Amino acid sequence: MASENLTSTAYIKHHLQNLTFGLHPDGTWGLAHGAQEAREMGFWAIHLDTMFWSVFLGGVFLWLFRKAAKRATSGTPSGLLNFVEWAVEFIDDNVRGSFSGKNDLVAPLALTLFFWILLQNMMDLVPVDWIPQVAHLLGIEYMKVVPTTDPNATFGMSLAVFALMIYYSLKIKGPIGFAAELTMQPFEAKNPVLKILFMPVNLFLEGIGLLSKPVSLALRLFGNLFAGEMIFILIALLYSGGVIFGLLGGALQWAWAVFHILIVLLQAFIFMVLTVVYLDMAHHEH
Amino acid sequence: MNINLTLIGQSIAFALFVWFCMKFIWPPIMNALEQRKKTIADGLAAGERGKREQELGEQRATEVIKEAKGKAAEVIASAEKRGAEIVEQAKNDAKTEGERIVAAARADIEQEAQRAREALRTEVAALATAGAEQILGREVDAGAHAEMLDELATQL
Repeated sequence: MASENLTSTAYIKHHLQNLTFGLHPDGTWGLAHGAQEAREMGFWAIHLDTMFWSVFLGGVFLWLFRKAAKRATSGTPSGLLNFVEWAVEFIDDNVRGSFSGKNDLVAPLALTLFFWILLQNMMDLVPVDWIPQVAHLLGIEYMKVVPTTDPNATFGMSLAVFALMIYYSLKIKGPIGFAAELTMQPFEAKNPVLKILFMPVNLFLEGIGLLSKPVSLALRLFGNLFAGEMIFILIALLYSGGVIFGLLGGALQWAWAVFHILIVLLQAFIFMVLTVVYLDMAHHEH
Repeated sequence: MNINLTLIGQSIAFALFVWFCMKFIWPPIMNALEQRKKTIADGLAAGERGKREQELGEQRATEVIKEAKGKAAEVIASAEKRGAEIVEQAKNDAKTEGERIVAAARADIEQEAQRAREALRTEVAALATAGAEQILGREVDAGAHAEMLDELATQL
């Protein structure tokens, strides 16, 4: 039992380990062998698998859409162009619905977010051992193929969105307007003394509200995908338990994959919509 | 699971993707969509216009047909009138001509009769003279009895 537990734990841990390249504590750069070494690298390390798959999938998205964009005419669309136009109109409708300001950045941003996250999430539907096994044969020790199960990826996006929120808040409302928004509400007072007294309370509340936006955005996506991936890994463990467990595992994996399609789509959509809503809030004066 | 440089790498990749999308993907597709919307709207408007024009054309055609019908009726009426006139005229002409012919024929007959009568008279006179000669057995002096003979001829 003990050895089986150990191998199961090792299997799961192995699947959750990124391919990390970084600065070893002894001052040399190189790949981390194991979670311990990766942790010791601290901030000066980069997850090659996350970077590769996210950039690759982003490239796939841009390539497909660029191909369609080059062929876009006012004539009758067909095939890929039809799909791309449908997607663009879908995003455009959503952005028009929740974003009332005028900003040419928001709609392309929403399009990129939705399809990029969708493609990254979809990697979750590839059976968990396929790509790592191929990587193993190629001599690569670790391979985590779903970038959105890496908090670096989700926080990378949400912090970029957060930067845009701050930028547009400052640009539209001005530094004073933005500061007023953070300090003059939700507690309001006519009396100047009370106003000053309320300031720290308001700043605390609004500050939490503001900071929770990127954090919740990133953690929601990461949490959902990480949990989904985890369940796929646990189901994959069943394959080592003989024919009956293997068949059960196959059925479960199929069922979970079907259910996961919903999560994959939903999380990409939620991330996009909330980004648009947050940017809309940044464009509005109270 | 560690937060590290990947965070920054991802942010940069994200920014580049958004920039590319904003520059090279969104505008052409939106342009195409806008243009198609315009094309469709134009087409529908043209269709509507064509339909209205057709209606107008039909209306005009009906008017033209009505006018033509009226004109045709007029032409027919006047032609009928003219025909009747011509027939009337012809009748009159024929009548006059007939009358003239009849009159001429009568005159001819009269003349012929006159001439016959004249000839007859002359012949009667000659016969009378010959008869008288035979009765008298001698030559009647035509010159001496001319006056008497003429008188006889007129009595016939």
